[in-house]
Amino acid sequence: MPEPLLTLDGVHTHIDQYHILQGVTLEVPAGGVSVLLGRNGAGKTTTLRTIMGLWHASSGTIRFDGRDITALATPDIARLGIAYVPENMGIFSDLTVRENLVLAATSGPPASDRLDWLFGLFPPLKTFWDSAAGTLSGGQKQMLSIARAIIEPRRLVLVDEPTKGLAPAIIVSVRKALQELKETDTTILLVEQNFQLASRVGDTVSVMDDGRIVHSGAMAELAGDRDMQERLMGLSLEAHQ
Amino acid sequence: MITRLLSGDRPGSPILAIVLLAIFLCLAFAPFLFPGTRSLETAARICIFIVLVASYDLLLGYTGIVSFAHTMFFGIGAYGVAIAISAWGPSFTSILVGGAAGVALTMVLALLIGLFSLRVRAIFFAMVTLAVASAFAVLVSQMSWLTGGEDGLNYAIPGVFKPATKLMDGRLFGVRLDGKLLLYYFVFVSSLVLFLVMLRMVNSPFGRVLQAVRENAFRAEAIGYRVVVYRTAATVLSASMAALAGVLIAVWLRYTGPATTLSFEIMIDILLMVVIGGMGTMYGAVIGATLFILAQTYLQNLMGAASDATSAIPLLPDLLDPGRWLLWLGVLFILSVYFFPTGIVGRLRGRAA
Repeated sequence: MPEPLLTLDGVHTHIDQYHILQGVTLEVPAGGVSVLLGRNGAGKTTTLRTIMGLWHASSGTIRFDGRDITALATPDIARLGIAYVPENMGIFSDLTVRENLVLAATSGPPASDRLDWLFGLFPPLKTFWDSAAGTLSGGQKQMLSIARAIIEPRRLVLVDEPTKGLAPAIIVSVRKALQELKETDTTILLVEQNFQLASRVGDTVSVMDDGRIVHSGAMAELAGDRDMQERLMGLSLEAHQ
Repeated sequence: MITRLLSGDRPGSPILAIVLLAIFLCLAFAPFLFPGTRSLETAARICIFIVLVASYDLLLGYTGIVSFAHTMFFGIGAYGVAIAISAWGPSFTSILVGGAAGVALTMVLALLIGLFSLRVRAIFFAMVTLAVASAFAVLVSQMSWLTGGEDGLNYAIPGVFKPATKLMDGRLFGVRLDGKLLLYYFVFVSSLVLFLVMLRMVNSPFGRVLQAVRENAFRAEAIGYRVVVYRTAATVLSASMAALAGVLIAVWLRYTGPATTLSFEIMIDILLMVVIGGMGTMYGAVIGATLFILAQTYLQNLMGAASDATSAIPLLPDLLDPGRWLLWLGVLFILSVYFFPTGIVGRLRGRAA
């Protein structure tokens, strides 16, 4: 097992009076795709937002590459090489596709070979290069959201339900992008309800319930064990095919 | 060349381009096209308010920050010049030193307000600016030994700007070439330069970050931008531009008082001009300021003429009585918000897209 790139140790997060994360302990190994599964309201999105510093952990420790990032501000966390693709895409709709991408390249203008690679992954971005991002379709917005996160090489990308509400053809594009990204040095922590996609791209898996991690292991093990799927999530791979 | 001057921010609609060009030409040749003191006063006010409104739009439209302290910064610039001229006499050095001091004080105050209150919710920031602006207005009123209190300060301006100063013998297109004309062009060129600088700002990478912050502050943070730093920078820049507009009005009016710079009425006017023109579009400031000041200046005359013309019809002359001009200004504002919810510029650009 490679050294974990990201470690959450007993992380608790409160949002107003609600105690959402109740001692999350999670290890994300360097390289590959780690998947976070769980029913709605289990705390998956809160986990990602807490890692990004968008909500602060009330207790516990978050370490990235050995460094304690629990109390860091969000921009400092981003500048360590952690990118976040939120569930609602969070694109800047008044800006053009080009401006969205240039804005995300915080260390200078985006490299042309990187742009070519992104255009290969998501051709519509080239087509609508100078269009306002707000005029894109839902799938194109998701492509832009992912492209914006990886416009520069990142060490860790947090992706929150990238296929939610998308057409099957777009889901294939997203899956291919994740698989290509996996081939680079980038580590991915993926929250995904689509178990079929998760099981195809994921290397390791953690399952959340009621703000805690209730299972961690290899994705192949969970994908091949229908009883375990039923027990942990009340679903089976076949049911989602 | 023109595209570069406009920082690549084209009007985006043929009608808008024509309207903007017409306003530019009218202002550039105002002394020759509309001779007379009143029209020149109006043109100069339009120039200065374009800068003031654009600087407020930098804050409200581009960054999403609601501030009620904008006239305070406008006033600080004006009082800087007024106090300096009153103390050291009417010279360019007084204008320069007084203006620089006003801008410096503005930057410090804006920085402090920004750092202390931009972390809190937008409504609290608005309240903080309202409180600070009110306190400042009271302070100016109390410190009458320095500011002239409620009466304000009257002062002379450098001789070259005085109407009695002849620049050349004879007339050009029937207009005397005097100090007043030179002063108008000083105001016009300064306003044009300040407007182009702001246009450059909003179309720079810095401006794009401001727009991103306005649209989704959390997302901008997650990309790696310090939202508080950008909001504070926008507050300081916007306040500095307002102070420079204050310098211009101080020189133009040769008078600085609470009513011409610090009043809450001016703050509301600025807000209306931004909304009418279109938030988040620098060109909206041009259209909003022009329409609003023209309405403020000439609506009474227009209504007087309409009242006379409809004297044979019952009720209408009463409704169109010039004394009711504020009512009609309000109606015009409601109609413009109803028909142009994204402002005139937003609507014209939307139609062209």
